[in-house]
Amino acid sequence: MTRVDIVILIVKCIVLALAATGVFAYFTLFERRLLARMQNRVGPNRAGPAGFLQPIADALKLFFKEDVTPLLADRRVYLISPAFAIVPALIIWATIPLGMWPDGRGGNWLQLAEVNVGILYLLAVTSIGVYGIAIAGWASNNKYSMLGGVRASAQVISYELALGLAVLGAVMQAQSFSTAEIVERQTLMWNVVPQFLGFVVFIIAATAEVVRAPFDLVEAEQELVGGYNTEYSSMKFALFFMSEYVKLVAMNAIAVTLFLGGWQFPGLQTLAAAATQQYGFVIGNAVLGLASLGAFLLKVMLLSFVSVWVRATLPRVRYDQLMDLGWKVLLPLSLANVVVTAVLNVFLPDSPVVTAIAGLVIGTGILLATAAIGRPGKEKRRVTLVQG
Amino acid sequence: MIGAIFKGLGTTLKYLFRKPVTVEYPDVKRPVRERFRGRHQLKRFANGLERCIGCSLCAAACPADAILVVPAENDPAAPHSPGERYAARYEINMLRCIYCGYCEDACPTNAIVLEHQYEISFYDRKSSVLTKTELLVAPDRGHGEIPPILQQLNRRPSPPAQIDL
Repeated sequence: MTRVDIVILIVKCIVLALAATGVFAYFTLFERRLLARMQNRVGPNRAGPAGFLQPIADALKLFFKEDVTPLLADRRVYLISPAFAIVPALIIWATIPLGMWPDGRGGNWLQLAEVNVGILYLLAVTSIGVYGIAIAGWASNNKYSMLGGVRASAQVISYELALGLAVLGAVMQAQSFSTAEIVERQTLMWNVVPQFLGFVVFIIAATAEVVRAPFDLVEAEQELVGGYNTEYSSMKFALFFMSEYVKLVAMNAIAVTLFLGGWQFPGLQTLAAAATQQYGFVIGNAVLGLASLGAFLLKVMLLSFVSVWVRATLPRVRYDQLMDLGWKVLLPLSLANVVVTAVLNVFLPDSPVVTAIAGLVIGTGILLATAAIGRPGKEKRRVTLVQG
Repeated sequence: MIGAIFKGLGTTLKYLFRKPVTVEYPDVKRPVRERFRGRHQLKRFANGLERCIGCSLCAAACPADAILVVPAENDPAAPHSPGERYAARYEINMLRCIYCGYCEDACPTNAIVLEHQYEISFYDRKSSVLTKTELLVAPDRGHGEIPPILQQLNRRPSPPAQIDL
């Protein structure tokens, strides 16, 4: 690795981190405007045209707020936990291929690090994030923060299993742990078809993993004031807020990478080949890079829209419902998905189309059966009358 | 359960394409009703004379005791109002006023009117007391008949008995 490579790497890191925070800033605006419209409101539209400067105004406000540290907080831990929360959220992005811009040396400008166990890295980093929350809850020396932190760790641990197994389905389909390889293998057909069940489980488990509505018990205002970040103010609070949203968008990006074909879209290769033929390699690569990046961002935005949509629709689940869903529904479903994928790929290794259709049919069947079984029947209330 | 979730999602999606009900207040001002009772005005006759004759009936009718009238004798050479007296001071304390409109009803000359202006906030407590200069309309804004806003008084089941000069 030469000195130039290191400089390039550092620049890429900085650009990626800034891009992730920029995406966070405008995702908040996107979410607020969209939520408002779904609730018959207008949303923030005063700062700049259509509220476009609202994130900047919010950031300025947070910077100038008073930074309060509770007297009895565990000072060092209290100060370090926002960093614990934000760093994993940012480094998730390292192994996600954001597009395909070949740098001419077998590398890709739009992927920071090509690790051959990229999926394991993603799983590890997404679950490290909960340390920040748990530590923050504990260090604040406040029982509501503490409860929020404990809830967060319990929830993330419960949903980690289902999440990991859902990811495993995509890994088995591609027979690789590398994110770039998984995207490459989806050229013919996106994983969402053969892995439909896995996709559904992944989306639900990922929503729970990033503690977002309807699984945001961690910050249930009615019960816990504000949750683990109650005692945090100013920029420290902003860091928690940021880590939550960056993680959400990152989860959507992972879902796109694993199940929705990553940066691929039909006709991409033809477009790039035509551009290369017309204008040469550099322009061809640039066209490929920009088109693939655009496709990737569009898909991430679609999934983000779904996140906002779900948040606007569903009420928060109860704690026992959360645990029931995680352990009794999603875990068996993801296990079934692994079994189905394994059996199909072993018995029909040479016919991807048949495998995919079989996977789709079986997955949908299992989902419908689960929905039918899990339908909450009319519970018969037993009333015990006591003679007075 | 799945059906219910999708039904809910459909509802939120439907509302996404509806027009928001929000009125963007400082930019868009909703029109008020005809009988809306806002800030007071002291009216004039068509010839520019003040309608207020300083009788203090409004101050007597005011349940919140918000009105102060200090009458004075008119100078016959340059009268402020038709008749003998006029209001030398006329003050309304807007912190006391409850916008009941009894002063309108009590006024025999239809001088005081609760107009449609509702943006009447102020920064210090002293400016809550509106003086006669603030209440009185410009000399060229007089009316020959009952001021338009008060027309509705006559359409009520029992219109107040009033004299118009």
